[in-house]
Amino acid sequence: MRPYFEDGGRLHAFRSVYDGFDTFLFTPETTSHSGTHIHDAMDSKRTMIIVVLALVPCLLFGMYNTGYQHWLAAGQGVGPFWTMLLYGFLAVLPKLVVAYVVGLGIEFVVAQWRGEEIQEGFLVSGILIPLICPIETPLWMIAVATAFSVIFVKEVFGGTGYNIFNVALVTRAFLFFAYPASMSGDKPFIARDSILGIGGDVPDTFTGATPLGQVATMAGDAMHPITGVTGAEVSQWDMFLGLIPGSFGETSTLCILIGAAILLFTGIASWRIILSVFAGGAFMAWIANMTATPTYPVSFLSVGDQLCLGGFAFAAVFMATDPVTAARTTAGKYIYGFLLGVIAIIIRTYNNGYPEGAMLAVLLMNALAPLIDYCVVQCNINRRARRARLNS
Amino acid sequence: MNITLNLKKGLDLHIAGAATGSPATAETVKPRLVALTPDDFPGLTLKPLVKEGDTVAQGTAVLQDKHHPEVCITSPVAGTVKAVERGERRKLERIVIEPDGSNNAVTFDVKNIDNEDSARKFLQSSGLWSMIRQRPYNIVANPESTPRDIFVNALDTAPLAPDMDAILASQAKELAAGAALLAKLTRGTIYIGRRQGSKIAKIADIAGATMVDIKGPHPAGNAGIIASNIKPVNKGETIWTLDGITLARIGHLALNGTLDTDCIVAVTGSEVKEPTYIKTITGCDIESIVEGRLIKTTHHERIISGNVLTGFAVKNDGFLRFPYTQVTVIPEGDDVVEFMGWASLSPKKMSTSRSFPGHFLLKKLFRPDARLLGGRRAMIMSGQYDSVVPMDIMTEYLIKAILSKNIENMEALGIYEVAPEDFALAEYVCTSKMPLQTIVAQGLEYLRKELE
Repeated sequence: MRPYFEDGGRLHAFRSVYDGFDTFLFTPETTSHSGTHIHDAMDSKRTMIIVVLALVPCLLFGMYNTGYQHWLAAGQGVGPFWTMLLYGFLAVLPKLVVAYVVGLGIEFVVAQWRGEEIQEGFLVSGILIPLICPIETPLWMIAVATAFSVIFVKEVFGGTGYNIFNVALVTRAFLFFAYPASMSGDKPFIARDSILGIGGDVPDTFTGATPLGQVATMAGDAMHPITGVTGAEVSQWDMFLGLIPGSFGETSTLCILIGAAILLFTGIASWRIILSVFAGGAFMAWIANMTATPTYPVSFLSVGDQLCLGGFAFAAVFMATDPVTAARTTAGKYIYGFLLGVIAIIIRTYNNGYPEGAMLAVLLMNALAPLIDYCVVQCNINRRARRARLNS
Repeated sequence: MNITLNLKKGLDLHIAGAATGSPATAETVKPRLVALTPDDFPGLTLKPLVKEGDTVAQGTAVLQDKHHPEVCITSPVAGTVKAVERGERRKLERIVIEPDGSNNAVTFDVKNIDNEDSARKFLQSSGLWSMIRQRPYNIVANPESTPRDIFVNALDTAPLAPDMDAILASQAKELAAGAALLAKLTRGTIYIGRRQGSKIAKIADIAGATMVDIKGPHPAGNAGIIASNIKPVNKGETIWTLDGITLARIGHLALNGTLDTDCIVAVTGSEVKEPTYIKTITGCDIESIVEGRLIKTTHHERIISGNVLTGFAVKNDGFLRFPYTQVTVIPEGDDVVEFMGWASLSPKKMSTSRSFPGHFLLKKLFRPDARLLGGRRAMIMSGQYDSVVPMDIMTEYLIKAILSKNIENMEALGIYEVAPEDFALAEYVCTSKMPLQTIVAQGLEYLRKELE
């Protein structure tokens, strides 16, 4: 088969695609020609696939929750488990397919054009994109945003490993700023139509605001109870489990923690970053709560609520830990994570225009990470320079 | 005064095929051929002093540095020059000598070596000078340089490395004489690293030198790592590094006036029937060493002169390369078809990642092959290198500075302190499979060309 795809072969225009599938199916036989003769069995394929695996609990729960919220909103009570899961699966499948086809398509083309191997980075971005978007996001928007993000955030910088911003989050930010009406408010977080005859139709007048959306518009000088789509109060337990309206895969703190456990056990995500994001978030939420004021109703939320609600936990575990866009130095990771947590809560609490701050906080810290690293590296450089002066 | 170094960072690889038995009772292997490889002496521009058919004695100068004619490399054995091999663009590849079995040896004058100048000449003419490396640049010590300090590693922590304690403990007299001679060459200190708490034999304290007791995983035994944790090289300074075997050889020469070119070689690796020690001569041909010792297999194998991290891949017709006293044979792996290897949960896979069950088999000895086990990528994971490089260096940033050929940053980030071998484990663990040792070597080469 291979000769067809080599230079001069009939199908040489698909060489990188062939290579991509070949190396996916069979471990490359390339042996080392210089340097160490043996290599660790860990490679970037496995690294990326483990992150995808860690996202599977969130994906599955997102499917269930989508069906669950739809059934509640359609006024049919709680539907049968498998039917609700199937509904959610059918709702998210087109988005997954669109994100992967558009993103991987661009990756394949660019790899062929550059004459490089296909890089695996988008395996993770492709599953992240549907997970962080509201379920009602139109497919064409996802396609446009994904294409923008992959081309202008990743490929123009040189591909996986060279990007400054997290690709999936820029996709989300692009949608948020380009199509605000479709991405926030109380409409897009509940699936509204029946799919292939499964589920009911949600009335047009129905609104299903996310908990943070509700809190942001609260008036008065105390906390009102947060309500679910049926109008009943949502318990802390439901918030932790994730049975609340929200972006597809980020509602369940439990599933996010399962994902975190996988990433930390395999050593792929940095525990320093996750820990310090939560520490920063808790610290800022505590300050906000101590100085709670009716001007900023989100400040009435308890520390636990702040960490459970919205995209905070998801961002801490899956977004902040992207090794390419996070701080790379050990000391830098603590600073990066802590500031990220603080800023996420500040944006969320003190800016009533944005009910959620995790996305912007991660993007802001992505931009600042090189500066943090620069300072840490500079310390090392100064230490070395001082040592040289003392000796001479 | 002795120093204790307890290094935490690093990694001991559990590979099958460690040499058993005692170096003292090693079987003697007579080499059919012996070779000197100019590539083993970086920094020198060597030209041959002999031609095919010439008769040489042990200690006859065979190669000479163009820029410093006093620095030469001498024959380890008496015999006839069989070939002066040249490669592309007439690059001198090696000089092959066929031993004639005689004991003809050059005797060097050991009297009147009482000052620095005479000690230098003594080492340079005997060929032992070229076995001393310097930092910066990890090249053969510049004859014009005066080292701030000298670092000797009398231990080898590399995978399957020979037990230096057992080999060197019996040469206390030589080590002491070697240290005494080196003391004439520096106003600084001679640091001698040895393994802390060695069971079999212990290298005795040496008068005039500071003993460094080292504990910790590889690369704790690298001379550069020892230097970095005691007194790192600053810009404008030079240190010398050499291994314990070279120190003992210097001592032998100072005591007897003749070269000691015998060497105990550990024949190791998963493809060796009975990994053991043998006694031969430096530069011995690989054929003589491995003949009859390899497991008969149908798959390809890789013979490495040295250890699996920094050694040279050699063919059957290759030779033992300096400074290694080890031969490792592992499967090549280019004939293995592995379906979806990235998803493997096989306990046979060696990895630092907890996603492989093999990681938890603490006593298991692995049989890694020479595959990269993945594609080359840009640097993705962070902090991987730092965990196996016990130096106060921002490894990732140094690598990036080298890749961007930014001399100012390379200097600021400490390139003068490192050698490619210090990055060998980082290269092993790198999930992006970056050729770090090659990058560091090219960086050092580039820097030297630009600054000299």
